[in-house]
Amino acid sequence: MTRYIIQRLVYMIITMFLIATLTFFLMKLLPGSPLASADKLSEEQQAVVLEKYGLNDPIPVQYYNYMVNLAQGDLGISFQFDNREVTTIIMDRIGPSMQLGIQAMVIGTILGMLLGLVSALYHNSPLDYTSTFLAVLGQSIPSFVFAGLLQFYIGVKLGWFPVALWEGWEYTVLPTVSLAIFPIAIAARFMRTEMLEVMGSDYIVTARAKGVNKFGVIIKHGLRNALIPLITVLGPLAIGLMTGTLVIENIFAVPGIGEQFVKAINVNDYPIIMGTTLLLAFMFIFIILVIDLLYGVIDPRIRLAEGE
Amino acid sequence: MKKTNWLLLVLALVLSMFLAACSGGSDDTSNSTDDADTEETDSGDSSSEEEAATGDSEQVLNLLDTAEIPTMDASLATDAVAFQWLGSTTDGLYRLGEGAETEPGIATDHEVSEDALTWTFNLREDAVWSNGDPVTAHDFVYAWQRAVDPDTGSEYGPYMMNGVIKNAEAVNAGDVPVEELGVTAEDDYTLVVELEKPVPYFESLTTFGTFLPLNQSFVEEQGDQYALEADTLLSNGPFVITEWNHGEGWTLEKNEDYWDAENVKLEQINVRVVKETATGVNLYDTGEVDRVNLSAEFVDQYSTSDEYRIIEEPTLFYVKMNQENEILSNVNARKAIQMVIDRQGITNTILNNGSIPSGGHMPKNFVQHPESGEDFRELNGDLVQTDVEKAKELWATAKEELGIEEAELGYLGGDSEVAQNMDAFIKDQLEQLEGLTVNVESVPFQVRLDRDTAMDYDLQNSGWGPDYIDPNTFMNMYVTDGANNKTGFSSEEYDSLIQKAGDELALEPAERFDAFLEAEKILIEEEAVLAPLYQRARAQLLKPYVKGVVVNPMGPDYNYKHAYIEGK
Repeated sequence: MTRYIIQRLVYMIITMFLIATLTFFLMKLLPGSPLASADKLSEEQQAVVLEKYGLNDPIPVQYYNYMVNLAQGDLGISFQFDNREVTTIIMDRIGPSMQLGIQAMVIGTILGMLLGLVSALYHNSPLDYTSTFLAVLGQSIPSFVFAGLLQFYIGVKLGWFPVALWEGWEYTVLPTVSLAIFPIAIAARFMRTEMLEVMGSDYIVTARAKGVNKFGVIIKHGLRNALIPLITVLGPLAIGLMTGTLVIENIFAVPGIGEQFVKAINVNDYPIIMGTTLLLAFMFIFIILVIDLLYGVIDPRIRLAEGE
Repeated sequence: MKKTNWLLLVLALVLSMFLAACSGGSDDTSNSTDDADTEETDSGDSSSEEEAATGDSEQVLNLLDTAEIPTMDASLATDAVAFQWLGSTTDGLYRLGEGAETEPGIATDHEVSEDALTWTFNLREDAVWSNGDPVTAHDFVYAWQRAVDPDTGSEYGPYMMNGVIKNAEAVNAGDVPVEELGVTAEDDYTLVVELEKPVPYFESLTTFGTFLPLNQSFVEEQGDQYALEADTLLSNGPFVITEWNHGEGWTLEKNEDYWDAENVKLEQINVRVVKETATGVNLYDTGEVDRVNLSAEFVDQYSTSDEYRIIEEPTLFYVKMNQENEILSNVNARKAIQMVIDRQGITNTILNNGSIPSGGHMPKNFVQHPESGEDFRELNGDLVQTDVEKAKELWATAKEELGIEEAELGYLGGDSEVAQNMDAFIKDQLEQLEGLTVNVESVPFQVRLDRDTAMDYDLQNSGWGPDYIDPNTFMNMYVTDGANNKTGFSSEEYDSLIQKAGDELALEPAERFDAFLEAEKILIEEEAVLAPLYQRARAQLLKPYVKGVVVNPMGPDYNYKHAYIEGK
């Protein structure tokens, strides 16, 4: 097991290196200048500013310098926020995004699973139809529509929760709910399908025949088996949510990283683009590793490298 | 079976969540404003010299900005947000006040030498930085040197100072040391500025962010950290930044040590970053913010409200025509393009935010004749009239002169939704000209700038806002080989008018103004270098209890020094 993890970590470093290299060169293909007022300066004046950021060097030299700094954990300073360190900016911004993402995932998964479970257990009943209908609705309507509706009706009309901004726990409620709709829908649909399949299999029938009560079987055998495909889907979804969603962050004025990333690309803020890409890539790879390990915990049949 | 009930309960909860999202329209209570009030920290009546005019209202202004402050370092600032909050926290030599007139800042007055090349500013002795240091002439010398120092990497330093302050260009190019810059402290409270050439608008220029003073020992002590956080910056103006949560917002409080503190009524300004207009409007409706800018889709809904207002901006938009293109090298073709576009249609239908059609290359209500006080735009009138029939005639002549039947032109436009709508509209208008095909390309701003610099376009939807209050900021763009010309336009007559205005007429305000009037006629009427489109305005909602906010045509958008809350 330890060996497996070490092996995976080595792969992670190689992947990160490749991603950094690829992003660096792709980013240099972005049209336009990183200067804020390139339209107002003569070429000589622009050159003076670019010199300060080392952008007059040949691209291979810039690449070498970047990678050397990166290896030392230095992501450089931002262009659009003069002199501010990329690490600081990302750390400032990732917090709210992750908090919303995690809250939405936890709520979304739990509610979604319950919804799916109910559907499966009361298969073809009105309850099943209702929850399936809700799941389809949740999956097909974009989250910003929900966000807009929640903001207007719950925030403005009812005044139950703050309309927007980010100043405390109550401010996370509406964005979390908006973000949770999609995981709810996904989890519910997967849960329903998987449970239906699992509950019909021989070992469940056997367990029931042996007199184990219905809920014991569901929790101990059914749920556990139904979780595997769910985790496969939810892992990447979790990353998507935790790394910030531009639209929800804009609607609720959340100071998250999603909006920051998009803006950096628009204004050619190279260090921020690099830093954010690397962070997202790292989180992605890391979660995939966690998921692979989780499979083993959930399903003994695929416990990795055990007993070698 | 008990567990089934439990599951049902959960399901009911889930359902109620969905239902809550879709109902509640009838309940129109606005109790959420209570939440808003408790957020404001109580700062009300702490100062006893509060003027009677302010009544009992809490002197707190709640605002939105659409972006985070990129920097609070005056040498590095380039955008509206940075200049806004630098202007609120720092006094320069002068401050821009009501009617774009300068009002005293750190300078009390100044003398200009006979040749208009040497300006001597007398500074007040009672101004202090928020760390207690006095504000002296040395702070200006240091700040201006820093702005053009190539090691600083400032963009606006060279842009604002080159060709204005003596030796700025050479210092920025690294040819001479920064000490050679034409700004010196004769003593602690006398600042002497030497100019490269007479600059009639220099007084208004000193209100601009790049010219704000810096406390050398503090800046150097903070080093790389300077102005990155609320506690690594200094203020000498009406307000100090007391809290700065990056990406989220910031808080300004009245600076009790400000030299003119007795005239500052506002105790606190809270600013929150909100990018989405709809969100801003919702926050405005719940009373959490006192002002919000509206985009076109909200104008119809709110334009009858008492709180609706339109603020004219001196920013112009126009179609640039590249004269290196064979078709556009023909003046009749360019005139046809000018005349065929329905500018009223653009402002009424596409923009719908109070923007007005522009009839030249100088905004309305921006500069006035120094003697008669008449507006530049009034004096020159609309140099372009929309006249489709005339345009078609001119186009026919142009085709004859060029010996062509059909023409194809590229059109470079922005990639926002409004820009794309507008460009589609303009394409339709242009294609009224027989045989003309227009291919619209929608590109991001940075790409458009690149292609403008390379002159890689035929037609281009472009805009310009002033950097100082003088006709020169619009007119000197189109001198031969000017950095922002990029149309291939070159006219000796035009060049000599602009040259004269900057040189021998610099001390003759009336003649100088006439030269600019003449130049605009050449640019728009005779040579048809540009096809004017519109002058931008912003539509906004403002709570009636917010008073005394001055709207500036350049630099900081608003001056809050004299603002107060009354009758909230």
